Amino acid sequence: MEELASRSGTAGTAAGTRTGVYRNNALGRLKRDKWLYVLLLPGVLYFIIFKYVPMWGILIAFQNYQPFAGFWRSEWVGFEHFQLFFQNPDFFKLLRNTLILSLYNLLFYFPVPIVLALLLNEVRLAIFKRTVQTLIYVPHFISMVIVASLTYVLLTTEGGLVNELIVKYGGEKIDFLASPDWFRPLIILQLIWKESGFGTILFLAALAGVDAEQYEAAIMDGASRWRQLWHITLPGIRSTIVILLILRMGDILENGFEQIYLMTNALNREVADVFDTYVYFMGITQGAFSYSTAVGLFKAVVGVVLIVASNWLAKKFGQSGLY
Amino acid sequence: MGKRYRTVSGTIFDISNYLLLSLFALCAILPFIYIVSGSFATDVELTQRSFFLIPKTFSMAAYEFIFSTDRLIRSIGVSVYVTVVGTLVNLFFTFTMAYPLAKRGLLGRNTMLNLILFTMLFSGGMVPTYIVVKSLGLLDTYWSLMLPGAINAFNLIIIKNFFQELPAELEEAAKIDGCNEIGLLWRIVLPLSKPVLATFALFYAVGHWNNFFNALLYINDPDKWPLQVMLRQIVMLSQAAAGDINAMDPNFVQPPDQSIKMAVIVVGTIPILLVYPFLQKHFAKGVLIGSIKG
Repeated sequence: MEELASRSGTAGTAAGTRTGVYRNNALGRLKRDKWLYVLLLPGVLYFIIFKYVPMWGILIAFQNYQPFAGFWRSEWVGFEHFQLFFQNPDFFKLLRNTLILSLYNLLFYFPVPIVLALLLNEVRLAIFKRTVQTLIYVPHFISMVIVASLTYVLLTTEGGLVNELIVKYGGEKIDFLASPDWFRPLIILQLIWKESGFGTILFLAALAGVDAEQYEAAIMDGASRWRQLWHITLPGIRSTIVILLILRMGDILENGFEQIYLMTNALNREVADVFDTYVYFMGITQGAFSYSTAVGLFKAVVGVVLIVASNWLAKKFGQSGLY
Repeated sequence: MGKRYRTVSGTIFDISNYLLLSLFALCAILPFIYIVSGSFATDVELTQRSFFLIPKTFSMAAYEFIFSTDRLIRSIGVSVYVTVVGTLVNLFFTFTMAYPLAKRGLLGRNTMLNLILFTMLFSGGMVPTYIVVKSLGLLDTYWSLMLPGAINAFNLIIIKNFFQELPAELEEAAKIDGCNEIGLLWRIVLPLSKPVLATFALFYAVGHWNNFFNALLYINDPDKWPLQVMLRQIVMLSQAAAGDINAMDPNFVQPPDQSIKMAVIVVGTIPILLVYPFLQKHFAKGVLIGSIKG
C-alpha cells in the first residue's frame, strides 16, 4: 500500500507524459479509456455486489432483521444485540476457546516452519533438499475436509490405525475424536501437518538473503555450526520472523472456520466453539441473522484494530510494515 | 555459502539433520500411502493387520462401490463442473479487471485499488454475504459456488503487477497499428500472459476442488453437493448416523467400511496430486509476492 500511496501522488504526471489530445481533461481521459472501463465493469460489479453490499448489510446488526420484511422495513434496535452477546455466558467461552487456540498456535505451530527452514538450509545435498521440499509442500494443497477425514479414519475407535496400534501394544483405546482434552492438540497437529512445510517457503527465501561472506568470516574465527546458526543465521531472518509474528497477532481471533467446524462434535463443543463457528450456528442454521451479524462485526472490528496496531508495532520495530 | 570445516560435531549435526528431515517428509506423505493401500485392501485385512503399506489381497471392491452409487458419482460430477466453469469465471473476472488497473493513467485507478485492498482487511462477514447470495436467488445453484469468490484480491493484485511490468513499447506499437484496448488485450497481452494464466487457473481450480465452506453455506440440496461435502458425510458423519437415523431416513446409506472411506478420500485427493507437479513450479513465487508485497 505504501507503493500505492506514493504512486497516487505521481498519477497526474504519469498521465501527463502520455501524448494525447485530452491530456489534463478528466472527461477526455474517460473518453480515451472507455474500453478500459468496459473491461472493468464485471470486476467492479463483483466488488460492489459481493464485497461492499455485505459491508453495508452489517447494519442489520443494529436491527431486528426479518427476512420477509427485508432490510428497509426491519425495526432498528441500536446496540441491543451487542449487549445480549456480551451478557451471554457464551461470550466468555468463545473468547477463551479462541484465545487458547491462538496461543497454542503461537507456541506450538509458529516455530515449526522456522525450525524446518533452518534445518533445510543446512542441507547441502541439493537433491535431498528438493525431495524433502516437494514432499512437505503437498499437504498444503489438500482440502481441510480431507485432512479431517484422514484424522477420523486414522483415529477412530472403530478400527482406526492409531487405536489398533495402541491395543496391539497393550494399551487402551483412546477416543481422540470425541474427547475435549484431545481437541486442541488435534487442531494444532493438523495445522503442523498441513501448513508447516509450506510455511518454510518464506523463511527459506529470507535465509537465501543472508550474506554468505559472514559465514566465511565466522568459519575463519572458528565458529561451530551452532554458533553460526545463533550469531548469523537467526539474526539474518529476524525481521521476517518479527513480521510474521506480528501478522499472527492481527489474526488472533481467526481460528480458521473450516478446520474447527469439521472437528467439532457434540462431545467437544465446550472447548471447540469459537467466534466463527458460533456465527455460523447462530446465523445460518438457527436464522438469528441480526444477532450473529453483531457477533461477526465485533470480531471483525477487533480484527482490524489488531491488524492496524500490529502494523504500527512492526514499523516501530524498524520493519517496513505491511502498508 | 563457503566450504565448512568437517568436524565431528558437524557430522553428527548433519546426520541427525538428514534423519529428522526424512522423518518429517515421511510424516507428510505416510498417511496418504496408508490410505491409498488401505483403499485397495479388503476390510478383513484392514481389521486383522493394524499397519501395512502393501495389501496381501488386492481388492477393487471399495472403488466398485463408489462408482456404483449415484450420489457419489453425481457429487464428483458437480465438483468437476464447478471446478471447470468456476475457474473460467475466475479468470474472466480477474483478468478483465487486472488489465485496466495496470494502466497508470486511468482515472479513478487509485481509488479502486484502495477499495479493493480494503476488502482484504475488512469484510461484511458470513451472514450479510449469505443474505446477499440469498436475495440474488443463488441459493442451491452452482453459481453460489462460483460467483461469491469470482475474484481473489491477492491474485488480482499480483496479476495487475504482472501487466504493469509488460513493456510499454508493445502497447504503443499496437496502438499505432490501430488496435483498440480490447484488441490489445486479446491479441498482444493475453498471449504473453499464458504462463500467468496457467498458474492462476491452477490455483483457482485447486480452490474450487477443495471448497467446502461455500457449499456448506449455500447448497442445501444433497443432489447438488460437491464431493467435499459428500466426503464429510461419508467419512465423518457415518459414525454418528449409524444409529437410529437409519430407520427414519429413506436416503440413508449403510455406514461404509473403512476401505470405502479410504477410497473416497483417495478420489477426493487425486486431482490435486495430478496437478501438483505443475503447481509446484509456480507457487513459491506466488507465495512470496502475495505475502510480502501485499
